[in-house]
Amino acid sequence: MEPEGGDVAGDSTGLLLLDLYDDEDLEVFSKDASLTEINSFSPLMPTSPSSMINQYKFEDEPESKDLFITVDDPESHVTAIETFITYRVVTKTTRGEFDSSEYEVRRRYQDFLWLKGRLEEAHPTLIIPPLPEKFIMKGVVERFNDKFIETRKKALHKFLNRIADHPTLTFNEDFKIFLTAQAWELSSHKKQGPGLFSRMGQTVKAVASSMRGGAVKNRPEVFSEMIEYVDIFSQKISLLDKISHRVHKEEKDYLYEMKEFGPIHTLWSASEEDLVDTLKGLAGCIDQCCKATEKRMTALSESLFPAIQEYLLYSEILMGVLKRRDQIQAELDAKIDAVYNKKIENELLSEEIGKLEDKVECANNALQADWDRWKQSMRVDLKMAFSDVAENNIHYYEQCLATWESFLTSQATSDISLEEQSEDQT
Amino acid sequence: MEEPHPGAQSPGSGSNSSGAEGSSSGESGSSSSGGEAEAPSSPGPGERQAADGHEGRPSKAARSAGGLAAAYAMMEDCLLKKIEISVAEAEKRTGRNAMNMQETYTAYLVETRAVDSQGEGQCSPPDSLWRRYSEFELLRNFLLVNYPHLIVPPLPEKRAEFVWHKLSADNMDPDFVERRRIGLENFLLRVASHPVLCREKIFNAFLTQEAGWKEMVNETGFQMKADSRLKALNATFRVKNPDKRFTELKHYSDELQAVISHLLRVRARVADRLYGVYKVHGNYGRVFSEWSAIEKEMGDGLQSAGHHMDVYAASIDDILEEEEHYADQLKEYLFYAEALRTVCKKHELLQYELETAAQDLASKKQQCEELATGTVKTFSLKGMTSKLFGQETPEQREAKIKVLEEQIHEGEEELKAKNLESRDFMKSAWVDIERFKEQKNHDLKEALISYAVMQISMCKKGIQVWTNAKECFSKM
Repeated sequence: MEPEGGDVAGDSTGLLLLDLYDDEDLEVFSKDASLTEINSFSPLMPTSPSSMINQYKFEDEPESKDLFITVDDPESHVTAIETFITYRVVTKTTRGEFDSSEYEVRRRYQDFLWLKGRLEEAHPTLIIPPLPEKFIMKGVVERFNDKFIETRKKALHKFLNRIADHPTLTFNEDFKIFLTAQAWELSSHKKQGPGLFSRMGQTVKAVASSMRGGAVKNRPEVFSEMIEYVDIFSQKISLLDKISHRVHKEEKDYLYEMKEFGPIHTLWSASEEDLVDTLKGLAGCIDQCCKATEKRMTALSESLFPAIQEYLLYSEILMGVLKRRDQIQAELDAKIDAVYNKKIENELLSEEIGKLEDKVECANNALQADWDRWKQSMRVDLKMAFSDVAENNIHYYEQCLATWESFLTSQATSDISLEEQSEDQT
Repeated sequence: MEEPHPGAQSPGSGSNSSGAEGSSSGESGSSSSGGEAEAPSSPGPGERQAADGHEGRPSKAARSAGGLAAAYAMMEDCLLKKIEISVAEAEKRTGRNAMNMQETYTAYLVETRAVDSQGEGQCSPPDSLWRRYSEFELLRNFLLVNYPHLIVPPLPEKRAEFVWHKLSADNMDPDFVERRRIGLENFLLRVASHPVLCREKIFNAFLTQEAGWKEMVNETGFQMKADSRLKALNATFRVKNPDKRFTELKHYSDELQAVISHLLRVRARVADRLYGVYKVHGNYGRVFSEWSAIEKEMGDGLQSAGHHMDVYAASIDDILEEEEHYADQLKEYLFYAEALRTVCKKHELLQYELETAAQDLASKKQQCEELATGTVKTFSLKGMTSKLFGQETPEQREAKIKVLEEQIHEGEEELKAKNLESRDFMKSAWVDIERFKEQKNHDLKEALISYAVMQISMCKKGIQVWTNAKECFSKM
């Protein structure tokens, strides 16, 4: 599993998006709202002073955020044809382009799919955040169990917030409609632009392989490096997904046995008059450790699993974006080839080529900037997720330690020689 | 503490040991009642080893329970006051067995050294000889046969039981051999610290006389007694009035066996699962390392975090090895429970013989009475035949009565002897039982507390590793 192609760059050292906005050609990616409109293919939106405040900040700071979204309250709906869940989406905003400052709508998963599709269409080389999986994996009997719904709800919440935090996507019109329109409004709007959400049929590895095949000739080095990076990254994230689930399983099995282990000591104490305190005390400690283990497991599944899952999905998205960029370039290459070979109607073609060249350049720049942004957020998110795991484990061991130490203390007060023993250990 | 009375000893070895006991009961009576309340100052090997264990190193010579017990028992006069005993080494050997077939076995080096009375460094070099497991077994069987009223310390298990999957159940496995070495040493320390058993000549010869020891044992003729003893103990018989204490004790030994077995079984499963949890984390190490290769800023943090995951995964090996010693301490009492049960069974046997003797005597007395008075109180074949075929002549009757009276006299003597035997047995057994109870309470408490100490150590290591990992993550 050696990384191919040497050290894959692709992430710049720039921490602030601001650094990238020096070049005029990159202006489309500045947070200046007036310019982002052009690129989001949406009708002109008046820039509001409050949205300008957000321009130069990358990290989300509560004071400068002007769009707050929450997803909660899953509700089941039963019709003659189907059963589905809707989620409440609450939006609070100070932006001028919104008629109101607060909105509450209900959306179902399909609606989120639609939105994602629309965003992808509008911004083929931007990294659209991942949606939670459509189907439940691994043979869960009930289609909608509480845990599944809860996990999905949190992921949908993240999805919308990531869009809200994205310098370009946040001003997308479909996004606004999604947040604000009533059910019937959304339905009619959806009919105008169906928004097909495309999933890659193949694995990331397979797509990388096919792209390496040399379909696109003059791919800029930086994007080839990105392809290599994503290929390996997806492998590693996938492994981490498996490992973290395996850790969870092992902890669960351990807990199961420990739960049987503790009570045996209590049982034993019934036949030992002189050891009752010691045995019961020990049983108590084991019980406490079991509780701590349960907490440890919950923390693992709540902090690490969703983060890894998100980036697992992200790798697919990234590969998809890289592929689409290649396709845009391929269009240009094809036209250039046509001119070269056929030498027909140069004037018309050169205009077309000019447009395609612009298109390619925009796509490349969009991707490049978003890539850097993505790398940064990946670093922050995964760093936090793993730090949380470490923190949880520290907390777990501290809890257990306290339990055992207090047990020793209680025993020591009844026997002097034991005090010496516990002193030796510290 | 009362000196145990050798009342119930069988005559075969009685000449040697009772002599020794007889002569020493005087001296031990004085020294054991002396106020030796303080902990012994001279460090026995067991104690030294126990001290090593407390330093937290996963010492393989750690925690010999016999050593701890020996320290405790040093209040009584025993062999350990005079000599140090250790099973220093284990060596694989090949040889030819009785059927001239080649076999591989392990030999253990038994070292003894006179204790320096000042408690300073021991200047004299140790005496040593080699023994194999079967010789330990022979020694123990000898003790069992000749001291049925005592709770004879158990040997470490013959085959590894209650293993969790990593541990091999192979007798030749070095870890198993090492733990057995400690167990054998423990056994010797226990015997040497027992006020009665330590005086046994055969035991002392075991420690000092390599050649000819087996022959010496067999010459005592104990093997014959061993067979009949086994038969008697395994037979089922109904006792009408067993001593209540012994009945309770037998019940207790059954419970102890059951609960410790259960505990050891589940502990093994817990160990197995814990092993899984730790080892799986090693995978993080590998993947972090691979991932770090494609990351610029995150690379260093990931790499070093991965290293800590490897450390975490590796740490379980030492933790579980220490826990094995804890399991061994519990196992000793599992086997002790069996020894306890044996003593109770012996009491039942004696009681049964007593009741049988009493019953025989009673029926003979009745017969005699019937013959004398001519009345037949109970139905008997004799009575019927005499009715059918006529009564016997007075001379015949007189003869019969004479015989019965002799038998009755013999029976009364026998009953007296049996009664004495039973009472003596109960008295001396009960002294040892009380001694055992105190030892057991002390040892088990120590063991249980050592389990807590191990958990604390494990937690501290865990905090250390994850704190390091967290720091690395923060540098990502």
